[in-house]
Amino acid sequence: MTERKLRSPDHRPRPRSAVTLVAGLVLLLVGAACSGAGGGGGTSQTITLAAVDNPQMADLKQLVSEFTSKHSDIQVKIVTLPEDQLRQQVTQDVAAKSGRYDLFTIGTYEVPLWAKKGWIEDLAPYIAKDSSYAPDDLIPGIKTALSYKNDLYAVPFYGESSMLMYRKDFLAAKGVTMPDHPTWDQVAAAARAVNSSSVNGICLRGLPGWGEQLAPLTTVVNTFGGRWFDQNWNATLNTPQWKDAVTFYVNLLRTAGEPGAGNAGFTECLNAYNNGKVAMWYDATVGASNFTGDAAKNSGYAFAPTKVKDWSGWLWAWSLGMPSSSKKKDAAWTFANWATSKDYIKLVGTKLGWSHVPPGTRTSTYSLPEYQAAAGGFAQVTLESIAHADVNHSTVDPVPYIGVQYVDIDEFQQLGDQVSQEFAKVIAGTQTVDQALVKAQALAAAVGKTYQH
Amino acid sequence: MSILRSVGIGGARDAAASVSRRDAWTRRLPLLPAFIYVFLLTQIPFVLTIYYSFFSWNLLKEGSFQFAGLDNYTRLVTNESIRTAILNTVILTLSVIAISVILGMAVAMLLNSEVFGKGIMRTLMIAPFLIMPTAGALIWKDTLLNPLFGLLPYLLSPFGLGRVDWVNRFPMATVVAVEVWRWTPFMMLIILAGLQSQNPEVLEAARVDGANPLQAFRRITLPLVRPFIELGALLGSLFVVQTYDSIFMLTYGGPGEDTTNIPFLLYLVAFQGYSIGQASAIGVVAVIITILVATFALRTLFSIFQVEARR
Repeated sequence: MTERKLRSPDHRPRPRSAVTLVAGLVLLLVGAACSGAGGGGGTSQTITLAAVDNPQMADLKQLVSEFTSKHSDIQVKIVTLPEDQLRQQVTQDVAAKSGRYDLFTIGTYEVPLWAKKGWIEDLAPYIAKDSSYAPDDLIPGIKTALSYKNDLYAVPFYGESSMLMYRKDFLAAKGVTMPDHPTWDQVAAAARAVNSSSVNGICLRGLPGWGEQLAPLTTVVNTFGGRWFDQNWNATLNTPQWKDAVTFYVNLLRTAGEPGAGNAGFTECLNAYNNGKVAMWYDATVGASNFTGDAAKNSGYAFAPTKVKDWSGWLWAWSLGMPSSSKKKDAAWTFANWATSKDYIKLVGTKLGWSHVPPGTRTSTYSLPEYQAAAGGFAQVTLESIAHADVNHSTVDPVPYIGVQYVDIDEFQQLGDQVSQEFAKVIAGTQTVDQALVKAQALAAAVGKTYQH
Repeated sequence: MSILRSVGIGGARDAAASVSRRDAWTRRLPLLPAFIYVFLLTQIPFVLTIYYSFFSWNLLKEGSFQFAGLDNYTRLVTNESIRTAILNTVILTLSVIAISVILGMAVAMLLNSEVFGKGIMRTLMIAPFLIMPTAGALIWKDTLLNPLFGLLPYLLSPFGLGRVDWVNRFPMATVVAVEVWRWTPFMMLIILAGLQSQNPEVLEAARVDGANPLQAFRRITLPLVRPFIELGALLGSLFVVQTYDSIFMLTYGGPGEDTTNIPFLLYLVAFQGYSIGQASAIGVVAVIITILVATFALRTLFSIFQVEARR
């Protein structure tokens, strides 16, 4: 303001030049916006993919230029977000039908739920158009999990189950051998045998969250004979099976688990295992592809431990789904097709190295000699675990829901988080298993009630 | 929003006494764009929130957008999680404010006296307030308190407390500690301003009259800085009631619901449960509580200004 007062009359024309400057800027911006939107004429389209922030997606981002060089009419914008934020953003986008994304990575949890609501596109017609896609090559467990009424509603980009990873040298030093199909009792005995002040027996997730602590814990409950709901949607968390399973899990953590279990998730356990702080680790099959040093050299792999029910491994797949609100469905499918094809797997192998190949999606991946050499001991365990994981029959007694380590209902995100918080209190030692299960039962019963009519 | 409005009305009332109505409006005219901006950005979302709070709207349930009357509000009274959240908010706010006022007072007294390196000390003391809450909480959680490689467990290991999982064993105490660390500098600054407006001659006179330091503090210093303490406490509680970032980073509201306060519960209901109706009702109640606290804060603020003006 003071500047204006001091300005001499000679500088009067200044405002006019400012106007021209602004006008020029506006013109420039409009021009840029037009070229950015590709003129809207349909010569070039930009599709937006909301992707989960994991190593496989980072690889995809690197290789996008391979796609755009072949498809010059399609530009791909990839927005990567951490898992929890991705889930929030994508859920809001798809529920409000805003059409901000043309593709997103969703898990086996979302696919059947959203397919039923008509939020995501049935991909079967698109797949049928391309004879080279080979949908029968997809690993059976994954294919079932991503289907609704026998049609695929999302295509898998990355798949995982759970398995037991252990240090052969630590176990051998105490004279412990681990069978290929161990029981939880054998695992607990082994964990207690090798547990010492410098090396803990086993790492199990304790970090609250339905995708963290509750994932391994639910597989334990499943194989102990427990289930979340009976056939009539009555909550069954007050059963002896739940009590046994949770007590077993917490006791194993207390007697032979990692310290600070309440903060330990996938990453924390991976670090502990890689640094030789724990002798065993029950977690996602993808864990093994991140091993370095001694952990990579001396690790053995066993199938998910069991008690009553065989094949207790979980099942998860990050997959590409297409919202019904997308206006560029053909372009989006072209990209999804490319990113989940056999050729993409070979492309990753040759360009970035065979250890980078996204695992757990196609059976043919596991017959590639280069991949077998890179994935070593855990390739076969991964493939068989995924193939045997059945989202429809994961428990001893029949259940009205689908899902292995989750219950495929809208309310489960919140229910799972709340219940796992109660178990976190047990792990921290501030409440008993019984107290936690009483609260968990009440929470689950309230949810079950909404499905009872 | 209520702050701005009450300031506007309070200021306008004084002006209206001396100038005519027309004059007053010409004077207000330049303020109008700002007022409209604030009005649009605060009041429309608020009205929408109130509107949504009467509907049982869940984003995940299609066709759930139905009028529900006062259902969302009655659930506020009957739902146990909400009562826990209110209790946690009260515990958190009261303890953080009480402890940080006491600590802030002590540090302000120290900085008000003639000590060596006062300038550096003051800068260092303010630092916690300038660190981003999320980053601060993360440093506390991982660098200081992590049971495996944290600094505190390492320092305490000679006493047999080496592997204590502080965050999970004492979740509320941890959140309080981090928030006290953050808010002590704020209290210190406000109280220091009060102390520096004190006339040293009064204290000298008291000393001459035979008052010991404790008596001088209780009878002279404390009454003088009392309005400043009140102001700090009220402004502070406005912000501490809304604590969200450090809870998100440190405990995620857990274990159980041990550190879930109203803002965090709102986040859980809105973004884990996607119950927009219920979350709106919680939001409305939170705003009402905040307005109540803010009203007291503003009253204190004005009483200080009036005292200052009379001098």
